[in-house]
This record gives sequence, structure tokens and C-alpha cells, in this order.
Amino acid sequence: MNETLLVTLLAAGVLYGTPLVLAGIGELFAERSGVMNLGVEAMMLMGAATAFWTSQSFDGPGWIALTVSLAVAAATGTALAAIYAFTVVTLRASQIVAGLALLILGGATGLSSYIASIGDLARDTGKHRLPDYDPFGLADLPVVGPLLFDQNILVYGSWALVVIASLYLYRTRPGLHLRAVGEDPKSADAMGVNVVAYRYAHTMFGGAMAGMAGAYYTLAIAPNWVDNITAGAGWIAIALVITSFWRPGLLLVGAYLFGIVTSLGFTLQTRGVDLPSQIFSAMPYLLTIVAVVLVSSGWGRGRLHPPGALGDPYSREDA
Amino acid sequence: MQWIEFRLEKRLEPPRWLGPSMPFIAVSAALFLGAVILLVSGRNPVVIYQRMFQAAFTNPGALSATLTAATPLLLTGLAAAVAFRMRVWNIGADGQLMIAAVLAAGVGIALGERSIAISLPAMLVAGVIGGVAWALIPALLRAYLRTSEVLTTLMLNYVAPLILFYLIIDSTSYWRDLESPSARVFPQGKTLAESDFWPEYGEGISVPFGLVVGVVLAVLLAVLLRSTRLGFQMKVAADSEAAGHYAGIRTVRLLILVMVISGALAGVAGASQVGDFSHRIEPKALQFATYGYTGIAVAALARYNPLGVVLSAFLVGGMTNAGFAIQGVDLPLGLIGLIQGLILLLVAASEVSSRYRFVFGRRARPEPHGTEPLREIDEQTAAGTGQEAAP
Repeated sequence: MNETLLVTLLAAGVLYGTPLVLAGIGELFAERSGVMNLGVEAMMLMGAATAFWTSQSFDGPGWIALTVSLAVAAATGTALAAIYAFTVVTLRASQIVAGLALLILGGATGLSSYIASIGDLARDTGKHRLPDYDPFGLADLPVVGPLLFDQNILVYGSWALVVIASLYLYRTRPGLHLRAVGEDPKSADAMGVNVVAYRYAHTMFGGAMAGMAGAYYTLAIAPNWVDNITAGAGWIAIALVITSFWRPGLLLVGAYLFGIVTSLGFTLQTRGVDLPSQIFSAMPYLLTIVAVVLVSSGWGRGRLHPPGALGDPYSREDA
Repeated sequence: MQWIEFRLEKRLEPPRWLGPSMPFIAVSAALFLGAVILLVSGRNPVVIYQRMFQAAFTNPGALSATLTAATPLLLTGLAAAVAFRMRVWNIGADGQLMIAAVLAAGVGIALGERSIAISLPAMLVAGVIGGVAWALIPALLRAYLRTSEVLTTLMLNYVAPLILFYLIIDSTSYWRDLESPSARVFPQGKTLAESDFWPEYGEGISVPFGLVVGVVLAVLLAVLLRSTRLGFQMKVAADSEAAGHYAGIRTVRLLILVMVISGALAGVAGASQVGDFSHRIEPKALQFATYGYTGIAVAALARYNPLGVVLSAFLVGGMTNAGFAIQGVDLPLGLIGLIQGLILLLVAASEVSSRYRFVFGRRARPEPHGTEPLREIDEQTAAGTGQEAAP
């Protein structure tokens, strides 16, 4: 494998992996609190649509337009996650059914497409695109230069997010409480932790991150709109949370690997290797199944197991 | 939730009127919310809803198109209903349908111009085998390795279309049409011989064969759930797995059986797609349709009652059909999905009212322990008192 192929693959890993990192960490936080949100894809699409609409209709300097657009995307994701949290945390609805409802409501044939058709988003290509920054002037270094020092703000942000998420989870009191809420809400409640508030907060944080991840598509990868622009990335983000065994660091590695594998089929084909691209596309999904089997079967039950109360509603009376 | 204070109080027995009326409340509320969104975005909801209704039910040919749209939703709705009511979360009807379509189309192509009396049952059986096979993977993983079926069925939904794309677009497989002129421009599946097309019934409106099969299966399922030993066991195991164990029900076997039935129903949907409608494998169309997910909405709306699924499939099918019929002209894209999503969300949210009742206002503050209404105390002591843990 020569250097250019390596760089191409790694760059693709970062390019396609970043939204997975953002949405994945968000979902990881929600799941750590015991709430599985299957509507990630819908929150991403809504973030993508609202961010694009905002940046298109905003008159003014690019950086303000982009900042506002990102904020709008995050707010949209948060709002959807809040509706979801109300349904499953307060009203104790089935997380699976409510998650699918959110998916249909906001997804490729739902509200995101509605917004796009009302705003006629598909008509023009984007006015603004997130610029790449080179804070240390090191972008010319071989291999690592373009990868580490020539990225846009969301990529740098995603790295910071992973570090902060790890510290938060394992080195702070709220992080400890969060894990307690996801593991055993009854005990957390007895400790005086507000289970409902933790679940709301982290589910909504997950929504904000999913919204930003969606904005990455319309503001960074390709500044234009097509319906279903995220093309199933939300599901991969959910899958990643599992394959990373609910750990932020592993999630970053996994996201980049998924990004690389996704682009591998295409890259290899242009170099004359003739394998069906579907094999590579199917890889993330098959790997996830393997990971789910691992965490649920005897081998992984010890350390790798999911949050104990994942998917269960909590009420004091029933606990 | 400080601005409107309420708390949930457990019900022992939901009022009788509540269950059957919930779907109607959910649909009305979803339509109302949809109307608000239309108004906000500057459209006239009355005009749009009127057009939708006409396109779904009263325009010439509308009813036939609605029945066409309802056919796969009825079958995937039944697939979801039978699994979800036992809290087996088979979200994989989409993938099961696609694999079933591949097998059914393969058998149909292989049989060529035989009589329909041979090819139709053969295709049905092939579809069932395909659906069951794809459902057995998560079923066995759940039964023997305790792997949550939510994620495995979901992931397999994304693997199945890749297989279809490979068969039709990226290979010269048995299913791909390599001869007809249009297939040289863009890859497409081999079309069945016309003698293998499934029949349609009725004059004026056409009733697809798959719909008839679906209604028959709905009745059979209702009987199965209501008046057989198996149905009773499913009910017990659904309420409490532990109770099922004590009653001597083999829950693992039951779980596999439920997944098999669910997969088989999705399989019939796949066979019907090929036999009734597309007559070949159309990867893009099948992937875009997401019959499996919509089927879950159909089942939830019917509160997982097989006979109710027939009605709700008709309603949701009408919506879907209207969406296609007047899309673009004066119906903003995405409205149908939005309303269907709202319905499902409201149905899911309203489930709470069959288990709890809302107590609003001043009484919403949890009362100190010991002054609880009498009929709650039994439950609380039975479950260990949660109130004492309150800070």
C-alpha cells in the first residue's frame, strides 16, 4: 500500500467518519442514561435541512451564517429529542415504537423532506461551506499534515468532544451519576440523583449532536440538498455505539474505520480491484451484528455489557 | 415538567372505551397537527386534506390504487402485530420482505410459462421460506445467545437491499434481465412470464390476490391468538416471561415460533410484491418503499390486533396512495410521512393512558407516604416502597 492510497483512505475515514463521531457520541450519552433513541437518522436529516435552509437564506458574512446554521441544526435536534424524551421518559412509551415514530416523522419521507420542499432547498447549491483551518501551519507535513491540521471546525470539534466525553464519563461526578442512572436508576434515585432530569438532558444533548452531524453533510461534505442526504448514517451511528461498547474513544476509531471501509470499495475499484462494492457496504452492518452478539453472549457479558437499564422506562412506583 | 404539574397514577383496569377509541384520537390529533404545520408553512390544510381524501378514496381508480398500496402494508402490519404484541421487536420486515421477493422471483422465473395454479403457490412458499430464513438469524441469536433482536433485525434490513443491488446491478445473476433493450440502458430484473402474474378480482375496482391472502391470514391470526393454546401461551409469555416459565411454557421455542410467523408474513408480502405488482426484482423501489417500517405504524395503530390491522392498512394505504397521486402538484413532499410519523408517535404516547391515569394540578405533588389512596398501597408494598427513597 503506497502513501497516497493510505492518505486517500484515511482522509475518507475522517470525511465520512466525522458525522458518525458527532451523532455517535450524542447517542452514546443518551444510551448511557438508559434511553435508546432509534430516531438518530431523522434528527440528522432535520439538522441537515434546517442548517442548509438557514445558511441559504442568511444575508451576511459567511462565518456568521455558518455559526447560526450550526446553532439552528443543534436546536432542531434538541427539540426533536425533547419530544422523544417526553414520550419515553415522562409518558414511558416503548422506546422502540417511539423511536421509529420519530424516524418516520422526521426522516427521508417526512418532515425533513417537507421542509426541503417548502424551502425549495434542492434548487441551488450552497452559498457557504465550512472552511478548513490550519491553526499551526503544519498542513504540508507528509501524511499527518492534511489529516490532522487541515480540517474544518466540526472535525476539530468532534475530537474535542471525544476527549471531553471520556473525561466527563469517567472523571466527573455528573458522569458517574449518568452511568448510575443508565445502569440502575433505582439506586441512582436513592442516591438523590434526578433520574428524569439526567435522561432528558442527555437525550437532548444527543439530539443536538445528531443535528450538528446532519449539518456536516449540507455545510461541509457537499453544500447542496437531496432528500435522504444522510443515507442511513444515523443507523451506523447507533451501530457504532454498540460496536464501541459504549466507550467514546473506541467510537472514534470505529467511526473512522467505518468511513474507510465505506470508501474502500470505491477506492479499490478505481484501482482495478474487482470486488462487489456491496461487500464493503455491508461490512458495518455485519460487524455490528457480530458486536451485538459479543456483548450479549457469555464472552462479553462481564466488561462489555450495555447499560443495565437501557430501554427500560423508570418510575418510582414500579421500580 | 414544572409548568404543568401532573403525575402518573397506576390504573388497575383501563376503562373499556379507552382502548378502541385511542387510534381514532391519535389519527385525528395527527391530522390536526399536520394541519397546523401546513398553515404555518402557508398552505391551506382544508384544500390539501380534501384532495388527499379524493385521491385516496373517491377519484376514479383511487380505490384500486389504495388497495394496491394497502396490500404490502396489511402483510407487514400483521408481521409486526404478531411479534410486537409478544414484545418481540422484529423491526426486520423490510429485509425479510426483500429476501422473500428474491426467492419468489427466482421460483417464478424458473417455472416459466407453467399454469398459475402451480407457479402461484410455489412463489408463495418460496417467499415464506425467504422471509423465515432472514428472520431466523435474529431469532436464533436471541434465543440461544440472548442477542437483542432490535439491532440484528435492523442491521439485516440494510444488508438485504445490498444483496438485491448486487443481483440486479453489479452482477449477471439469474435474476437480471440481460436481453431486453431497456435493460441494456439500465440494469433491471428479469420479468416473469405473463402467465405467472397473480390474478386480480373485482370489476371497477381491482383487488390484488395478495390482499385477499392478507385478509384471510388476518382472520386466521385472530383465531389463533384468541382461541388456541398457542395464542394463550403467547399472551401469558407477553405479560410476564417469568409467569410463562412457571406455567411450563417453553418460552424460547415460543419466541422462535413468533419470529418465524412474523418472518413468514413478511415473506408473503415479498412474494406478493413480485407476483402482484412489480413482476420482477426492483431493488430501488423496494428500498425506497420501507414497507416494513410503515407496517409497524399500521400495527401500532391497530393496537396489534390482526383484524384491526386490516382497517389501519386500508387507512394508511390510502394516505400513501394519496401521497403518490398528488405529490408535487399541491402536496408538499414529506407531508404523508410526517402525518404517519405523528400518528405512530401519538399512538405510542397514548399507550400510557391504558396503564396510568393523569393527575393534574395540586394533587400532582407526590403525597407523603402513608396517605396514598388505598388501592395503590398493595402495589407499592408488593414492589417495595419507592416513596421512601424520595429525597
